[in-house]
Amino acid sequence: MSEYFLLFMGAVLVNNFVLTRFLGLCIFFGVSKNLNASIGMGMAVTSVMTMSSILAWLVYNYVLVPFKLTFLTTVVFVLLVASFVQLLEMIIKRHMPALYKMWGIYLVLIATNCIVLAVPLINSENSYSLLMSIVNAIGSGLGFALAIILMASLREKLQYSDVPKSLDGLGIAFVLAGLLALSFLGFSGMIPL
Amino acid sequence: MNLWKEFYKGLFDQNPIFRLALSLCPALAVTSTATNALAMGLSVMFVITTNNMVVSITRKWVNPTVRVPVYITSIATIVTLVQLILQAYLPILYKELGIYLALIVVFAIILARAEVFAAKNGIIASAVDGLGMGAGFTLAMLLIGVIRELFGIGTIFGMQIMPLSYNPPLIMILAPGGFLLIGILIGFFNLLSSYLEKRRERFADGGQN
Repeated sequence: MSEYFLLFMGAVLVNNFVLTRFLGLCIFFGVSKNLNASIGMGMAVTSVMTMSSILAWLVYNYVLVPFKLTFLTTVVFVLLVASFVQLLEMIIKRHMPALYKMWGIYLVLIATNCIVLAVPLINSENSYSLLMSIVNAIGSGLGFALAIILMASLREKLQYSDVPKSLDGLGIAFVLAGLLALSFLGFSGMIPL
Repeated sequence: MNLWKEFYKGLFDQNPIFRLALSLCPALAVTSTATNALAMGLSVMFVITTNNMVVSITRKWVNPTVRVPVYITSIATIVTLVQLILQAYLPILYKELGIYLALIVVFAIILARAEVFAAKNGIIASAVDGLGMGAGFTLAMLLIGVIRELFGIGTIFGMQIMPLSYNPPLIMILAPGGFLLIGILIGFFNLLSSYLEKRRERFADGGQN
C-alpha cells in the first residue's frame, strides 16, 4: 500500500509533470490565462490520461511484449492515444452534448500532446503493473491540474500589475512558472527514491 | 537565392522556440548541458527534414482527409529510427535524453511544417525548409544549453570555462532555472526586435524629411 501512496505523491508533487518534467507546456501556457478553462483542462487531461494508460498497458503487455515488438512502442502508442482521443470526442459529442460543450475543445487540444503520450511511455519503461500504471496516471494528471490551476490564479492577479512591456505575456509567464517550480523544488526531499 | 530565403526564415524570423513559442517542452527538459541540447537539436533537425521530404514526395497520393494520421505515422517511424540509431551507437546520450527523444513524435513544429509547407511544395524546397527550421531550433537549444551549463556547472561542452573559484548556482541546471532563463530570453528578444523596429522607423522618417 505504501508503495502506491509514494508513487502517487511522487507523481503529484515531486515529479510534477509541468514544473519538474517540463511536459505539456504548450497547454500549460496557452490555457492558464483563464481559471475556469484551467480547471476544465486539468480534469480532461486527468481522465484522458488514466483511460489511455489502461489501454496502452493492455496493448503493451498483451500485444507488443509477447510478439517482441517493443521497438515499435513509440509508433503504436502515438497512434493509439491519438485515435482513442478522437473516438472519445466522437462518443461524447454524440451521447453527452452538455459535457462536450464543456470539455470538447480541450479534447481536440490534447489529442497529440506530449503529456498524454508521456504517461504510457513512462509506465512501460518502468514495467509498472496495471494498478501502478493507473495510480501513476491519476497522480500525474492531478499534478498537472494542480500546476495549471495555481498558475491560472496567479496570472489572473498578474493582469492588474505593471509588467515591463517586453516581458508582457509569455515572458512574465515563464518567470512566474520558474518561481512556482522553485517552490515545488521544496518537495524533492520528501520521498526517498 | 529563393532556397536561401526558405532556409533563413527558420533561423530568426520564424524561430520555432523564441518566435513561434512552439516545442517548448524539450527546450527546457534537455538543455541542462550544451551537449544534450545539441544532440536533441540535431535529432529534431534530422526528423523534420526527412519528414518534410517524405510528405513532399507522397503529397500527390495522400488523400487530404487522412493526411494527419499519415503524417503522424511517418514522423513516428523516423523518430523510432533515430531512437534505434542512438541506442546502438550512443547509449549514454540515449539514456540522458530518455523519454524526450520519443516525444519528438508530438512536437507541434514538425507537424506544422508538414502541413503548412511540405504538403504544398517540391522536395528540395521542403528539405531546405526542414533544414532551416531544424537549424533555428538547434541554435535556440544550443543558446539555452550553453548559458545554463556555463552558469550552472561552470563549463561548456564539459570544458572548464569559469575560474575554479566560481561557485555555480545549482538552480541553473535544475527546473526553475530553465523557466527563468527562457522567460528572460523571450523578454530580451522582444526588446531587441522592438528596438530594431524603432530604428527602422527613424531611418524611414529621416528619408522622407
